[in-house]
Amino acid sequence: MPKAIMFRKFQKVGEILESYDYDPCHLIAILQKVQDDYRYLPEEVLLYIAEMLKIPPARIYGVATFYSHFTLQPKGKYLIRLCDGTACHVKRSTGILEKLREKLGLSEAKITTDDMIFTVETVSCLGACGLAPVLVVNQDIHGAMTPEKAAALVDTLIAEEEKNARAA
Amino acid sequence: MDTIKTMLVDGMEFPINGERNLLEVVRKGGIEIPTFCYHSELSIYGACRLCIVEVEGRGIMASCSTLPEAGLKVHTSTAEIRKMRKMAVELLLAGHEHNCTTCYKNTVCRLQTLSKNFGIEKVRFRQVRKDLPVDVSSPSIARNPNKCILCGDCVRMCSEVQGIGAIDFAHRGHKTSVMPAFGKDLAQVECVNCGQCARVCPTGALTPRSEVSDVWRDVHDPQKKVVVQIAPAVRVALGEEFGLAPGSLSTGKMVSAIKMMGFDGVYDTCFAADLTVVEEAEEFLRKVRDGAVLPQFTSCCPAWIKFAEQYYPELFKNLSTCRSPQQMFGSVAKEVLVKRNKTARKDLVVVSVMPCTAKKFEAKRSEFSQANNPDVDHVLTTQELAQMIRERGICFDQLKSQEFDRPFGETTGAGVIFGNSGGVTEAVLRYVSEKVTGQPLLNVEFREVRGEEGLREVSLNLNGKTFHLAVVHGLANAKRVCDQVKAGNSRYHLIEVMACPGGCVGGAGQPVSVSGETRRKRARGLYDADKMMKAHKAQENPEIVKLYSEHLGEIGGEKAHHLLHTHYQSRRRFTSKGLPLVKGGDSERVSVEVCVGTGCHIRGSESILHGLVKYVAEENLKDLVGIKGTFCFEKCGKGPNVRIGNKIYSSCNLQSVKEALEQTLGTLLPAENIK
Repeated sequence: MPKAIMFRKFQKVGEILESYDYDPCHLIAILQKVQDDYRYLPEEVLLYIAEMLKIPPARIYGVATFYSHFTLQPKGKYLIRLCDGTACHVKRSTGILEKLREKLGLSEAKITTDDMIFTVETVSCLGACGLAPVLVVNQDIHGAMTPEKAAALVDTLIAEEEKNARAA
Repeated sequence: MDTIKTMLVDGMEFPINGERNLLEVVRKGGIEIPTFCYHSELSIYGACRLCIVEVEGRGIMASCSTLPEAGLKVHTSTAEIRKMRKMAVELLLAGHEHNCTTCYKNTVCRLQTLSKNFGIEKVRFRQVRKDLPVDVSSPSIARNPNKCILCGDCVRMCSEVQGIGAIDFAHRGHKTSVMPAFGKDLAQVECVNCGQCARVCPTGALTPRSEVSDVWRDVHDPQKKVVVQIAPAVRVALGEEFGLAPGSLSTGKMVSAIKMMGFDGVYDTCFAADLTVVEEAEEFLRKVRDGAVLPQFTSCCPAWIKFAEQYYPELFKNLSTCRSPQQMFGSVAKEVLVKRNKTARKDLVVVSVMPCTAKKFEAKRSEFSQANNPDVDHVLTTQELAQMIRERGICFDQLKSQEFDRPFGETTGAGVIFGNSGGVTEAVLRYVSEKVTGQPLLNVEFREVRGEEGLREVSLNLNGKTFHLAVVHGLANAKRVCDQVKAGNSRYHLIEVMACPGGCVGGAGQPVSVSGETRRKRARGLYDADKMMKAHKAQENPEIVKLYSEHLGEIGGEKAHHLLHTHYQSRRRFTSKGLPLVKGGDSERVSVEVCVGTGCHIRGSESILHGLVKYVAEENLKDLVGIKGTFCFEKCGKGPNVRIGNKIYSSCNLQSVKEALEQTLGTLLPAENIK
């Protein structure tokens, strides 16, 4: 991450805390805002939040690890979240997961590609059961997926990345 | 006329007397209901589901979280309830590493006991192996997550009673686990080593660390002379391990047992407690006389000291500088006994027997050692001493009583009551009141400081001057008092703080007990022991008088200061790497770290940080200088603190940091490289 951005983000944490009046009741909202900025929750930032809200770091860690929305690891530019809730599961989401992992060289333990472009993870319901099996790339929803369609989607994203790289 | 409210439990009428839940009504009536997650001193959690009962018209519910109501008809042991409880225990067993024979909690584990009570001979569910690493980073407490049943007792103890919250639930579903933040080790976080989590843990997931094998090794080493000091609270609890009632005084048998094991001297920490009284009371009187900063906080409890170092560095001037009795004993023993026996310091081994797990940490503090040789070599808990007695094959109940060795076995009742919350205050009062009034104190008992309340306030009039005292146990209570003192609205002169509920008698090294009644009996045992002593005031201990005249010189004098007093340092709560804000890149030469912890933050560290980032950008030093936000250089009193390279600069402002940075860069680089 470029230097100047890192510092601006840190200043932003202070602004976020201030906008919530340093009230620990708003911990989840604060963490959401911080994650919007950093795209993950760095340990040091959580420690800083703990100091400022006067709550133990272990409590914040508990909240941050409870919700699958929060992440303590930096994630790829494209966050692919595949639904593995009941409806998607019975419509064979497992095959899609296997295909995605195979294509990107990922596994249950390794969820982000080395170039930090892709992250693949499962979630327990996206609330879009009518579109099952469903996956979300960042904010874009893709319904009625198959392993082939998922692979094609990844190919499109890779092509786009390559185009960007050439342009830059 | 008031009629007594009652409810019907298993067909019997049970009275309701303001109990906070059904469970307590039923237990008071003499029916035992099994629980894991219920503790009278903690909030109600309702997680383990073992306390289920059937309430007619409502169905099966957890008795811990049901309010008692007149006229309820309750069944505590129907076939269905027994089946459900048994299933709950079986499920817990399936997720619990049950290698009972080699477990620290073997025979005192509640999971084991309930499993036996329910007649579980086979677990019908597949065993889930977690194989998580065991955390032995702390000298006081071991944490084995494979044995955790997620009752949350430790979590609530740490946050509700101790006000810390070093451990909490993390993750979700079957991955849920109790751990310090970020899965760090206990030694890397704000744990104060009080061990109360281990005291309430129903299984072997949290246990005190054992030093038994180190002690045996030294006892069997012919080179070494091994002496023992025994803390006051041990003598009223050790007997519980051998079938005696809580509070039974077993001092004489305990001394005999230790002598049988081959130790070279058995002494009493109460002697050192008497010494503490003299030093601490004189320190207090001096502060009163000189109009120095008050209140004075006591400093005997090592968990409280670590707590103060982590959270209240601004109150160091209020903390008594006296070492704890354990450490006074260690330094005096190594001074006096080494000289007397003409041995080398390294060949004299001091072992403590303590009711406490935090004492293990205290003995390892670097202030309490000389040339890498600690003043106290090993710390055993009451539990560990009991284990050694059994291992040695001693029939404890058949032992004849023996006396402590002299000189450090000569004690008064003042030292003995140190084991109770309020004991230090009372012992100090027995000294202070004689000094202030100039009259011999005839009634030595200050009953007003005794009791069970977590925060007790007492005002005493001595010779026309009123002294306001506070006695606190449980660190959450201490936090309240500290905040008052910090805000400047405290009227106290002297504040005693003990981390554990009830004081040392309720320590985590004592025989396993979660009952308040056991603790009360131990406390009574110590007050009774005080009554049986010849002397009750520390100043009347002839060996203390002799120690000053032969070795220490004046009370509070130079030698006394060297051996009996200590200093405190801010202590960071958390080990962390620092938050990179500006990365210097490959050519980074100097790293600048600005503390953004509370102490430095309120003194304006953030504006330094902002100014510095701007400065580095403007002066085009970005490739040379890396900037990090960090937490705590352990110099909170002198913030803002900034580290440039290896050097820490205190009481900084932006200008001084810029100058220091320029200077550092100047020594590192040829002049032309700096624009």
